[in-house]
Amino acid sequence: MKTQIKLAPKVASRRSLNIRIAIASLALVAGAIPALAGDKSTVATKDDPSAIRPFRVNVPKSALTDLRRRLAATRWPSKELVDDRSQGVQLMTLKELVRYWSTDYDWRKAEARLNALPQFVTKIDGVDIHFIHVKSRHPNAMPLIMTHGWPGSVIELLETVGPLTDPTAYGGTPADAFDLVLPSLPGYGFSSEPTEVGWENGRIAHAWAELMKRLGYTRYVAQGGDVGAAVTDAMGRQGPEGLLGIHLNLLAGVIGIADQLPKNTEQERAAHKALATFKTSGFGYFLEQSTRPQTIGYSLLDSPAGLAAWLLDHDTDSYYKFSRAFVDGKPVGNLTRENIVDNITLYWLTGTGASAARWYWEFGQFLARTGGQAPPPVKVPVAFTTFPGEIWAAPRSWVEAVYPGVAYFNQVDRGGHFAAWEEPALFASELRAAFKSLRGDKETALNR
Amino acid sequence: MSASGKPQTTLQNENSKTNIPMKTKEQFEITPRVGARRNLITRTAVASIVLAAATTSVVAGDSATAGSREDRAAIRPFHVKIPDAELAELRRRIKATKWPERETVADASQGVQLATMEKVARYWSTDYDWRKVEAKLNAVPNFITEIDGLDIHFIHVRSKHKNALPLIVTHGWPGSIIEQLKIIAPLTNPTAHGASAADAFDVVIPSMPGYGFSGKPSAIGWDPARIARAWVVLMKRLGYTRFVAQGGDWGAIVVDVMATQGHPELIAIHSNMPGAIPPEIDQAAASGAPTPAGLSADEVRAYEQLKFVYTKGVGYAYQMGLRPQTLYGITDSPVGLAAYLLDHDARSYEMIARAFDGQPGGLTRDDVLDNITLTWLTGTGISSARLYWERVRELSGQFGFFNIKGVSIPVAVSAFPDELYQTPRSWAERAYPKLIYYKKHDKGGHFAAWEQPELLSEDVRAGFRALRNAKTTASNR
Repeated sequence: MKTQIKLAPKVASRRSLNIRIAIASLALVAGAIPALAGDKSTVATKDDPSAIRPFRVNVPKSALTDLRRRLAATRWPSKELVDDRSQGVQLMTLKELVRYWSTDYDWRKAEARLNALPQFVTKIDGVDIHFIHVKSRHPNAMPLIMTHGWPGSVIELLETVGPLTDPTAYGGTPADAFDLVLPSLPGYGFSSEPTEVGWENGRIAHAWAELMKRLGYTRYVAQGGDVGAAVTDAMGRQGPEGLLGIHLNLLAGVIGIADQLPKNTEQERAAHKALATFKTSGFGYFLEQSTRPQTIGYSLLDSPAGLAAWLLDHDTDSYYKFSRAFVDGKPVGNLTRENIVDNITLYWLTGTGASAARWYWEFGQFLARTGGQAPPPVKVPVAFTTFPGEIWAAPRSWVEAVYPGVAYFNQVDRGGHFAAWEEPALFASELRAAFKSLRGDKETALNR
Repeated sequence: MSASGKPQTTLQNENSKTNIPMKTKEQFEITPRVGARRNLITRTAVASIVLAAATTSVVAGDSATAGSREDRAAIRPFHVKIPDAELAELRRRIKATKWPERETVADASQGVQLATMEKVARYWSTDYDWRKVEAKLNAVPNFITEIDGLDIHFIHVRSKHKNALPLIVTHGWPGSIIEQLKIIAPLTNPTAHGASAADAFDVVIPSMPGYGFSGKPSAIGWDPARIARAWVVLMKRLGYTRFVAQGGDWGAIVVDVMATQGHPELIAIHSNMPGAIPPEIDQAAASGAPTPAGLSADEVRAYEQLKFVYTKGVGYAYQMGLRPQTLYGITDSPVGLAAYLLDHDARSYEMIARAFDGQPGGLTRDDVLDNITLTWLTGTGISSARLYWERVRELSGQFGFFNIKGVSIPVAVSAFPDELYQTPRSWAERAYPKLIYYKKHDKGGHFAAWEQPELLSEDVRAGFRALRNAKTTASNR
């Protein structure tokens, strides 16, 4: 597998000292960072803080045995008193998930899927950032950094790797190709946990710009949903050198400005209703994580069933889709039992329930500091796709309200909050369309 | 049913109301004053006691059931006896805890701190002894009776003094009857606690539906109003036709609501978490607005406390109010449960953290773990959380913890400084037109009965003193 690991593209054209050091040091690959659930072959010495180190996932068997033992020993509450999700994750759904998880499920398959892709770790701003980096075989591929959300991980994005980097195998043309960078957010998955406060979206956005720079990309685009949308939005407002445009699939910016949003069409009224529902009954997890991430964290680290329930309970549309995969055996799109449990198992094995929740705390601190101040304008073209099952399906007028002069807008007919995960092919085709106008010989030539 | 708990119940007449703590079977007084009782349900309950035989399926206790369906109103003696295996399993799980990394702050602003939780886990899995609190519980008379389709567990301790005033005391979340154990003796046996025989109470301490040894509702609808009505049924079933009620936290909401329901039997309430915030103040605090002009010093302090609670301190309440079932982890992980229950309000958390740092004040380590262990052993983490959901449903999306509820009967108030907010006298007077007692304390917090049993007991005595007269008590006898 080692030969598969491509460090970074186009070494010859790279100018950054950091990257040269990283590559040079690869030859020294030797030790292992004591990461809980993966092997991080380190090449970094104290002199090479910005080294890019190959990474492979290899979870010890004992961790998987312990997980199965805990699942088998799950202590259950009484059944909810309602016949819908209004009290939370339903007992029948979670019992079926735990049954599957502790018997038929095989983490090694997920591990193989991850290890089939080039993975790396590099330290940025004091935190080890894990990322998948897949280069297209097509010249002139457009570099794209894509960010997952909560309760997700890079697992959400795996099925988009093929369509985005190898478009001709998925009905596209070579001109649709992307070089793909999929980082794990700080405190998520195989990235390390910040040990200090301050890792809000702006700081993550800076780190992503540094990552792209370190990889030698001087012109690139960025994409995100959920937390990834917040980070990508921050990148758009920071406008780092080289960022050409962004694509989002969650319009997070409307939460504080609901009273300023159009309410004329049926679609706008429906979006208002959905937003109001979120603000009155859909944000319990948000408030808990933004005020007490550590408190809920103890349950998430110690109880796999508790972790699974917490991660299933995001929004109504996705909850019922997740639930169907287990209860009805009829997964929606790509949201299969296996994919859902891959993501949960990644959280479990990396022990990141609390540290992932902490993003909300950081976000809350950021909001408290900035008050109601309007954020700085976005400096690059914005593309947006509305997926119908999203928490609030943003009408074009709302996207315009947050991103005046939006460069690309489309509504598609299927997919929800986890659009990339649920409908990877449709999602990839949206990114191709969204970024088409930003592709040109001039831009891509600069990367080469 | 353990052998020792087999219900050899003694039915007592009104002249033999002995109640001597630390004895066993003979203590289990079923109901007082059989002769004076007129209500059919109560008579049925008493009659059925002699049939007591089978065991109900209470998770973690032994309950003698009166058996047949016709005897649902029976009052059955109850004895706590947790199997050794349950305690061993709990210790095993604590020792196998998988821990998160330390929080990234040096204070409690991200929740329960790792260093505190590790101390809790260490003590809980080694020196802590559940059997001690089990003995304390079994030293007082415990019963179960079915009300409105649900088994309600309660402690019922009668005073040896004549003319004792019947009092029902209601706990809150994240509490249980454990919160109230320390006030039983001062209230039922005042002469041993520096007070006079004229201050005596007969005390009834129920476990709320879904809490402790009470049954877990299997259908929605057990909101504070229904609990309040059930408590009145309970008191009447016990033969009390004129009584007072006390509560803090959810218990305070239950007694406020009970006081608005027009029960002729309820003559007054005492609250240590009054629903007394003027609506405009409540609204301003909830929106995080700057302190309104024209408030007194006490009101300013209360406003600042409320604003903190609303902006930073109610995440847990929203989680339970919106998605209680999703908290599977608190049923499966003892440390997860403990953390969740420790994290109620900032001041009580600090007090508890100090206790585990070797500086007990108010609550001891055992106090804290008695309550958590009870919740663990009865598997009531989620069923108790559902009360928040019920409240949100009852009020169509609101919580209404502290709002004025329209109580027009006499009210006594204790205002503790470390409560979520220390009720100013001015607000108490506005909320309760018949405010008969108000006491502002300079120490004590949210768990008043538990932290400051002597102060709270004295307030309850003083608060209700004026209501004691021949006419009032005579009607109970």
